[in-house]
Formats: sequence, C-alpha cells, structure tokens
Amino acid sequence: MTDAASSAHAVVVGASLAGLRGAEALRRAGFAGRLTIVGAEPHPPYDRPPLSKHVLTGEVPAEATRLPGLLALDAEWRLGCAASGLDRASRTLRLADGTELSYDRLLVATGTRARPWPNPHEGRLGGVHTIRDRDDAASLRAALAARPRRVLIIGGGFIGCEVASACRSLDLPVTLVEPSPTPLARVLGTHLGSVVGALHESRGVDLRSGAEVEWLEDDGAGRVARAHLAGGGSVEADIVVVALGAVRNTDWLAGSGLSADPGGLDCDKRGYALDEAGRPDTRIAAAGDVARFPHPLYDGRRVALEHWGHAVEQAEHAGRLLAGHEAAAPYAALPTFWSTQGGINIKSVGLTQGADGLAIVQGSPAEGRFLALYGREGRCIAAVSVDCARWLPAYAAMIEARAPFPPIRQGTDQPGHLPVLPPGFPEKPRR
Amino acid sequence: MPETTPEPAPGPTASALRVSVDLNRCQAYAQCCYAAPRHFRIEGREALYYDPAPSAADRDAIEQARIACPVQAIHVEDPERSAP
Repeated sequence: MTDAASSAHAVVVGASLAGLRGAEALRRAGFAGRLTIVGAEPHPPYDRPPLSKHVLTGEVPAEATRLPGLLALDAEWRLGCAASGLDRASRTLRLADGTELSYDRLLVATGTRARPWPNPHEGRLGGVHTIRDRDDAASLRAALAARPRRVLIIGGGFIGCEVASACRSLDLPVTLVEPSPTPLARVLGTHLGSVVGALHESRGVDLRSGAEVEWLEDDGAGRVARAHLAGGGSVEADIVVVALGAVRNTDWLAGSGLSADPGGLDCDKRGYALDEAGRPDTRIAAAGDVARFPHPLYDGRRVALEHWGHAVEQAEHAGRLLAGHEAAAPYAALPTFWSTQGGINIKSVGLTQGADGLAIVQGSPAEGRFLALYGREGRCIAAVSVDCARWLPAYAAMIEARAPFPPIRQGTDQPGHLPVLPPGFPEKPRR
Repeated sequence: MPETTPEPAPGPTASALRVSVDLNRCQAYAQCCYAAPRHFRIEGREALYYDPAPSAADRDAIEQARIACPVQAIHVEDPERSAP
C-alpha cells in the first residue's frame, strides 16, 4: 500500500492508553512514515486505573502513573493541544491552537470526559470534584489529605465505589448516594450489587441506595456545604465527588460528516470510522472508549466499552489496520475489566447487559469469594468473579463459545442443584 | 510552532522505571511479590498493588518480577536501556 511508504503521515488523536498502544501498533506493523500524536492534556500518556485508588490514598503520586512505552515510537508529540475539528475532504485535522495537521491515516482515540454535575453553578463550587484525568486525581488527593469532615460521593458505579473505598482507607467519613437499589446495579445487577454494598457498609461507608442528590448548597463563600436529597433530608459534606460516568469526546467531530454523538464514534466491524450515510472512511479508525462498534459476540450490538484491556486490544487492532494490515476477522475481543475496592478484587469477562439469569457457580457470597455466571436466553454471556479470579479464564472460554446456560447443574464445591437467580438489573438505565 | 515532547522522565526520580501490569491477566500468583517485595504486594486475597515508578536502582528486582510472572502481565520501560 502506498500509504505505508515513508512519505505518509499518520496522526493519532488522543494521547492516553489507546492512543499510545495504537501508535506502537502502527510502528510494529511496519508503518515507517511520519507519526504525530495529539493530546488534549499536557501530560504524556498515563495510566488511569490507579487514579481512583492508590493515587487518592497517597501511595502513588499522580505523576508516577506515566505509562511505559513498549517500543521506540519516533513520533512528534502535540500535547496540551486538543483536536478541534476535522475536514475529511482535505484530510486536515484542526487543533485548538489554530494550527492544522494534514493526515493520510487517522486514529481517533479521544476517549471520554467525566460527566459533570448537571447544574454548572453547583458543579463549580469549591470542594466539588470529578475524577477522570491525572490533574483531577491530584486535586482530589490534595483535598482528601486535608482531612475533610465528610466526603459525599454522588454515584455508586465503579469509580464512586473505588473513591469511597479510598476514603475509608484514609479513615475519612464518607457517604455514597446512588439512585439504584444497590451500588453497581447497572453493570452487575442488584444481586451482586447488594454483596458489594454490604462490603462497603461493613467498612463504614454511609450507603444511601435508592436516594438521589437534588441540589448542592454552598457555604456563602463559594464552597459546597451540604447536599439536599430528593424527598427531603441533607448530607453535610465539604468534599463532593461527582461520579456519574463519562461522556465520549466526539464534539470535535461535529461537521466532519462522521457518525458520532456523545455515545461514541461509529465504526464498522473492521474498525474503520463510518460516515453519516454508514460508509466507512478507510483512512480513519477508532479505538478505546470513544469507538462504538458492532460486537460479533453479542449479535452485532453496537457497544462502546470503557475498559482498560479493550483500549489496548482495539488500539492494537486499529494500528495494524491503519498500517495496511486488514484483519481476516472482525475485532471481537472478549470484554474484560477489573476493579479493586474495599480489599476485594472484582473481575469480569463478557457483557452482563440483558442477562436474564445468574448462577453462583464457584464459591459463595457468604464466604466472600465466588464466581457469578450471567446467562441470556440459555447462553452464557458474562462472568463476574469476586476474589475468585483464577476461575475466570475457564468461564471466559464458555462465554466465547456461547455455551449453554447454566453450563453445570452441580458444581464440585456447590451443594445440590445450582439455582438460577434473577440478576436484578434496573428496569431502565439511569440518567 | 513549538513542538511539545513528553517529559523525558517525569516522576519521583529522573531515572525511574515505568511499570504497568495488565490486571486482566494477573491471577495473583504473587511471584512478583517475592522477586520485588518493595514494589509489588497482594492486598486482600488477590488484588495486586504495584509501584508504577520504581527507582532505577531496583531494576534487577523489577526485571526478575517481570520474568517470573506466570501470565506475563508485567510491562516495564527502562529509560536507560533500549526499548524492548
């Protein structure tokens, strides 16, 4: 392919995990042309998982999270300069500082940003934090080190739960408000969510499930003082962490003709970006949180996955693709993630969404280590382990094979028949 | 037009190594904890904590940890050695 010649210019938009690993994959696949990496933040690529864990407890300085480079990239870096627009006709990327870059190949890896508190004035009050970027984590770490009287966390997803866990490790009073009946209900369902909720309560988290923060009140001097709950009641807190999930960074693609919205940039099954008419632009691929693609394992359902392992694997796929090596098969990596909180290790493979049954196939929640298998219409679709990770690869193979659910009726460490339980997903997605 | 380049070696020390562990792969075999106990430890039953920026003075121990990992989940960048 002529583009692989040394005169071609590949631009990677996004300098986080997917951008870095995608750039490395381009080089590894033999791309010898000019390579430019554009990043909105001033920092070189860093690892986000520690930001909501050991960075908050102070064990890892925020700046220590820079990711290892896995090969010599020979790239030009444009950091601290976000992409602001894309003109595909002239193959030009516009940057926030007014400069432009022409490209022959473009990898979109702009990721996500934290979903802000819906009221902008309240969201700007002193003491109100979101956590997504390295600087967010450094700022929240400094706030926690100052020993606030109480931390209020709005949102009981993985980030909210991890922040609550870090606060308890620091012996700080913490309240977690979550509208669903349990934490993690959207991803794990209430059956497992209640297990995790009980763990956090046992560690001293004031858990307010089924509750919602209506508004934040200031102290008259521009700092947050308390949160008012829907239906009455309030929580005094001098630090508020808004953990309401993420919004995909696709604003800069407005006017490009690509099919993109706050849910992601659409890609075909090969990984090429799609235009608004559904046609692939074979000069552009996407990877990581921002990429919405049809997952072959889930009947082609379009998903955009905010997973560390997915960012790596899809970026490697996209890098090879842009270097001219189209894969024989569509990208179909099994979704995986982990979360450590409250001293336990939660790991997952597959996608739980749409599960109509759940079986505890190893261990038991009572003993604190178990593996839950999720099924849908008689097939295994996901597995979640709690301090039971060594069993996970075996169940991953079952999910990839779409094995019948439940796959076993009696487990070697399970007495009697294995019941299939309702996983307990909320009726409608929240927010 | 100024070209921005990554900080040459940001972090606690100028010559720090850079470590990341693929925690999807990690199975808590804990061989890294034996090889480099100052930089790896298991929290609870199986949650691996690792130091992402160990001192370059500990490179031999870190390399031992990397090699010893049964699932090869540890990635290391050493600024004073050529990239792998």
